[in-house]
Amino acid sequence: MPALLESPVVPTIYEQMQSRGVNRRDFLKFCAWMSAYLGLQESGIAQIARAIETRRRLPVVWMHFQECTCCSESFLRSSHPIVADILLDKLSLDYTETLQAAAGQQAEEVLQDTIKRYRGEYVMLVEGSIPIGADGAYCVVGGKSAIDSVREVAAGAKAIIAWGNCACAGCVQSANPNPTQAMPVKAIIKDKPIIHVQGCPPIAEVMAGVLVHLLTFDRLPQLDALGRPKVFYSARVHDTCYRRPNFDAGLFVETFDDANAKKGYCLYKMGCRGPTTYNACGSLKWNNGTSFPIQSGHPCLGCSEAGFWDNGPFYRRLTNVPGFGIESTADRLGVTALGATAVALAAHAAVTRVRKRDTIGEQPGENAEAAEASRPTPPDGPANPEI
Amino acid sequence: MKSDAMKSECARPAAPAAAPRAFIRVYVWEAPVRLFHWANVACLLTLGATGYLIGSPPAFLTSGDASSGYWFGTVRFVHFLAAYLFVAVMMLRLYWAFAGNKYARWRNFLPLTRQQARDAVQVAKVELLQVSNESLEPMGHNVVAYFTYAGTFLLALFSIVSGFALYAATSQSWFPHLFIRIIPWFGSEYTLRAWHHAALWLFALFVLIHVYLCIYEDYVDGRGAISSMIGGWKFVPRDVAASPQAQGLSGGGRRRRSRAATGGQQPPTAP
Ligand code: HEM
Ligand code: SF4
Repeated sequence: MPALLESPVVPTIYEQMQSRGVNRRDFLKFCAWMSAYLGLQESGIAQIARAIETRRRLPVVWMHFQECTCCSESFLRSSHPIVADILLDKLSLDYTETLQAAAGQQAEEVLQDTIKRYRGEYVMLVEGSIPIGADGAYCVVGGKSAIDSVREVAAGAKAIIAWGNCACAGCVQSANPNPTQAMPVKAIIKDKPIIHVQGCPPIAEVMAGVLVHLLTFDRLPQLDALGRPKVFYSARVHDTCYRRPNFDAGLFVETFDDANAKKGYCLYKMGCRGPTTYNACGSLKWNNGTSFPIQSGHPCLGCSEAGFWDNGPFYRRLTNVPGFGIESTADRLGVTALGATAVALAAHAAVTRVRKRDTIGEQPGENAEAAEASRPTPPDGPANPEI
Repeated sequence: MKSDAMKSECARPAAPAAAPRAFIRVYVWEAPVRLFHWANVACLLTLGATGYLIGSPPAFLTSGDASSGYWFGTVRFVHFLAAYLFVAVMMLRLYWAFAGNKYARWRNFLPLTRQQARDAVQVAKVELLQVSNESLEPMGHNVVAYFTYAGTFLLALFSIVSGFALYAATSQSWFPHLFIRIIPWFGSEYTLRAWHHAALWLFALFVLIHVYLCIYEDYVDGRGAISSMIGGWKFVPRDVAASPQAQGLSGGGRRRRSRAATGGQQPPTAP
């Protein structure tokens, strides 16, 4: 990487920014924002500024597979205007199906060129899941199946960023019954570091933050057990949710149109998945910090968690138990099982009464009064002479 | 041989001749086992009740603001407190499975021998199908009960592991973090939580059947099964306790439980 980044031919990122009319003040503001998102201390601002001033470019290949492009859309709506512009437009993206000007043969040539020229230096960004059913026929780009391209491009990548739930966990394509056998990147590529940027889509600032981190420190951000950057995914939505005091006080919205909903009580009983969802929505929010689902009165769907589509219905606390028909929650099944067992036990008791009638209850020789009556008198008079 | 034992029994002055069968009092359940049992009851009831409330909170309050209450937080706190106690209680029992008497030993809980399998079939014949009256009358539990408790122990283990894995997100302590590795095995934390919830109903089923069978055994066998978990004492027919056929991990032997068997011993006439 250093060889490329210090090549004098390419202008540094800062130089590119300047040529686009970004002044020093805005540039430093941008660095400050980024270091705040990344949770760095004050000195982090200088580190980011230095990196952007001296580094040239981070060659990036952005692959699109089974997806709805909402990750790209989210990224483009990143709150700081120059983030998308610079990080995406100028600094990187040697190849991206959605935004590139080239098409067809030409585009494929660019891709081939990039992965050859920057072998071992480029970062592969993956948006979308990879279907492995029918030999990959469900997703073919430029005559190559998604499996083949992801393998080919990953081979020379320095690191991989899996954007969104599709690339991290398969999202809706992999929901039961998963007809195309859609897989996340990690199911196919095992030998490269993968940063999982979860969400459907991920928050724009989170996406930018991860890229800036790579650029600034030239290494992966700290990841949790599921490969997600800790800085954005170590807290649950529930932990940063401003409605949390209502949760603790047991103040819940009971229906979407009740007075409690108007008062902004906790959406737990409306199926809110905040308590089991790791994301930064409560703190960073969306669309330039405007709002996030819960703030708009909608329970969290858990879109940054694996398999969230199969944990429906979304507006119910308990999921349906698969295989037991619609509306069969664990509670319903539990109560049914208890009832059936109680009936069975009552039947067992009745059978016992009939079949064991000879052995239960008083048996010959067990009568207490008879036992008293036959108590042998001691040979020398009554046991208690005083009475 | 059986009737010899009976005869000598009848000859004892302390046991009057009117009693055809002599029972002896045996101390089966040592204090740690009984303590475990009732602490376990308390933990399960607390965890079950608070767990149910966490899963389906009733609308206790429909107005007011958050600063005026904390009942749901308290319910959760009690759940977590009981959870730690539950772990302690389970550890106590685990320890006693190695340090306790023959009837509390770990061996009983694992299906290891052919004899246990035969006994299990016999228990099913006597108590479930009721096609036989050859009761095994063990000193401890019967084999099927032991196996069921082993299953319940696994269920408790699952509740503990899943519960602490869920709890880790709200805790700085190292202990809950030991278990977070299991979350991906279940797909997501939400699914794990659903399983944790489902365990509640398995416990409820266990409790229902367990309580029924204790009453059944106390009533049908008349050996003080229920009170044995209070004082530790059970009543065992002397012939069974002394029988050379008394075998199995849990002691005891086989006795025909029928009118004919006991009725054969007519009370001898007073000398
Ligand atoms: C007999 C054992 C237990 C039973 C029957 C039980 C039952 C339950 C139930 C029914 C829920 C509600 C789940 C839902 O609907 O989402 C729950 C939640 C929970 N339980 Fe347990 N539980 C048991 C043991 C434990 C243990 C040992 C722990 C360990 C800390 C634990 C920790 C939790 C946690 C963290 C939650 C989620 C609470 C929240 O975040 O609001 N449980 N439990
Ligand atoms: S609205 Fe959802 S995330 Fe917020 S406190 Fe309630 S349950 Fe938690």
